[in-house]
Amino acid sequence: MTAPETAAVPTTAALSLGDDALVLSHRLGEWAGHAPVLEEEVALANIALDLLGQARVLLSTVGDEDELAYLREERAFRNLQLVEQPNGDFAHTIARQLYFSTYQHLLYAELAAVDGPFAGLAAKAVKEVAYHRDHAEQWTLRLGDGTETGHERMQRACTALWRFTGEMFQPVDGLDVDLAGMETAWLQSVRAVLHRATLTVPEGPRAGAWTAGAGRQGVHTESFGRMLAEMQHLHRSHPGASW
Amino acid sequence: MATAAAHQAYGTAEDTADTGAYERAFDAAVAAEERIEPRDWMPDAYRATLVRQMAQHAHSEIIGMQPEANWITRAPSLRRKAILMAKVQDEAGHGLYLYSAAETLGTSRDELLDKLHSGRQKYSSIFNYPTLTWADVGAIGWLVDGAAITNQVPLCRCSYGPYARAMVRICKEESFHQRQGYELLLALGRGTPEQRAMAQDAVNRWWWPSLMMFGPPDDESAHSAQSMTWKIKRHSNDELRQRFVDICVPQAESLGLTLPDPDLRWNEERGHYDFGPIDWTEFKEVLKGNGPCNEQRLTQRRRAHEEGAWVRESAAAYAAKHTNRTGGSSKLGETGATRA
Repeated sequence: MTAPETAAVPTTAALSLGDDALVLSHRLGEWAGHAPVLEEEVALANIALDLLGQARVLLSTVGDEDELAYLREERAFRNLQLVEQPNGDFAHTIARQLYFSTYQHLLYAELAAVDGPFAGLAAKAVKEVAYHRDHAEQWTLRLGDGTETGHERMQRACTALWRFTGEMFQPVDGLDVDLAGMETAWLQSVRAVLHRATLTVPEGPRAGAWTAGAGRQGVHTESFGRMLAEMQHLHRSHPGASW
Repeated sequence: MATAAAHQAYGTAEDTADTGAYERAFDAAVAAEERIEPRDWMPDAYRATLVRQMAQHAHSEIIGMQPEANWITRAPSLRRKAILMAKVQDEAGHGLYLYSAAETLGTSRDELLDKLHSGRQKYSSIFNYPTLTWADVGAIGWLVDGAAITNQVPLCRCSYGPYARAMVRICKEESFHQRQGYELLLALGRGTPEQRAMAQDAVNRWWWPSLMMFGPPDDESAHSAQSMTWKIKRHSNDELRQRFVDICVPQAESLGLTLPDPDLRWNEERGHYDFGPIDWTEFKEVLKGNGPCNEQRLTQRRRAHEEGAWVRESAAAYAAKHTNRTGGSSKLGETGATRA
């Protein structure tokens, strides 16, 4: 299904931010029962829940949250390609968290500061996201500046996901923020964390025609369809049912 | 507060000429319903029994995450998904409380996990059953958490203080989960014919394993008598099982579901429901490791631990490097997870 055109909140922006949170929450939910230490079972589920809460608020401003989550096809999702990337190892998950939570924190701080359609949500979410960002930064340090294995894996993860980070700063309909300023702040912050973690800041491109930058247009990476198949299958198997 | 002698600061018992005085003071404290605390003298066997029971309880919380986590990625609505995620997160938290409580007895979480992974310590037999449909998530909440609560509420008065206090916190959260499980089944019961069938099927599969959660019948329960004397346990297995059946029958009726037991009927004389015989052969097989998911559950747990080794090692190495500079605040476990 597609979202109604007449929503009070800018539809494209709400779907974009809502889908980011929904999809990343789903990925983090896959960690349940697999985390490296019990404290991380709690922490990852905690972050996943925060994100799911944000997604529900955002999607509900556009339409029915469950119809939007469970009945849209892959091409109608507007999330960043970054958040749909498979979990990989713990370093990969942390690198994804570092890149995304830094972005989300800057974005929500800005949205909370001005009077706009997202101010209310952003004011609440910015507190949660500050915690997510701290968690990701702390783990980046522990893995990057811990053992040799930790360092290697964290470096590999940061490099592998680098090419998905440009998309965060491409314009989104209805999202009235200073993208250039945010990108500068993002680069500064991420570089500083990577330096402290004794990691090398990746040098490759941060966007490309197909490698990144298309998620917001509904063009996703291969693993995303499979993720949706799993997420949606039960809901789709019982059309019209309530749960 | 317990009696002065029981609380007297150490010296191990062996150092003193009169171990008997400690023992008498311990017995008196237990008889007077006083709490035994970590620094108090206690019989070795009391300590060992508690370590075994608390470890098994902690292991059950973390193994118990698996059958439910199995449905997180497939939960059919965002509301249900959030509820399920929160529940699985709570279980990890309960595991943490219980390992901490067990550590007050002089063991460590690492040691206990090692015993779980090597099969030297057990977890609840119930988690060796598979979650085959979404309704299983509701059946676990209603029946499995319901049985757990029936077992655990008396533990809030357990003679060992740290365990009793952990149980107070855990029981509050568990009863919340139990209501959510019931409400999930209620939604299915009021749903489409397919949803109702799904709910009935799940209850059919989980009913008997839930009754087995209370352990073997009283005449075959090895630890019961001693545990009751020590006031670790307050009621016998069969008493608690009966209490659970009596609670569940009317609940099943209001759910519009049946319980899969042709012998189940009200006994006016006893004032309880009679119920059919439990398949103790199945119970023993599951305990021996031959249940449907024993292998899978333990393998996943071991794999998570092994695959996470480099993460824990890296965090420890980081902590060692930075302890002096940061004043020792960078210990593993202090990142994240501190927010309720």
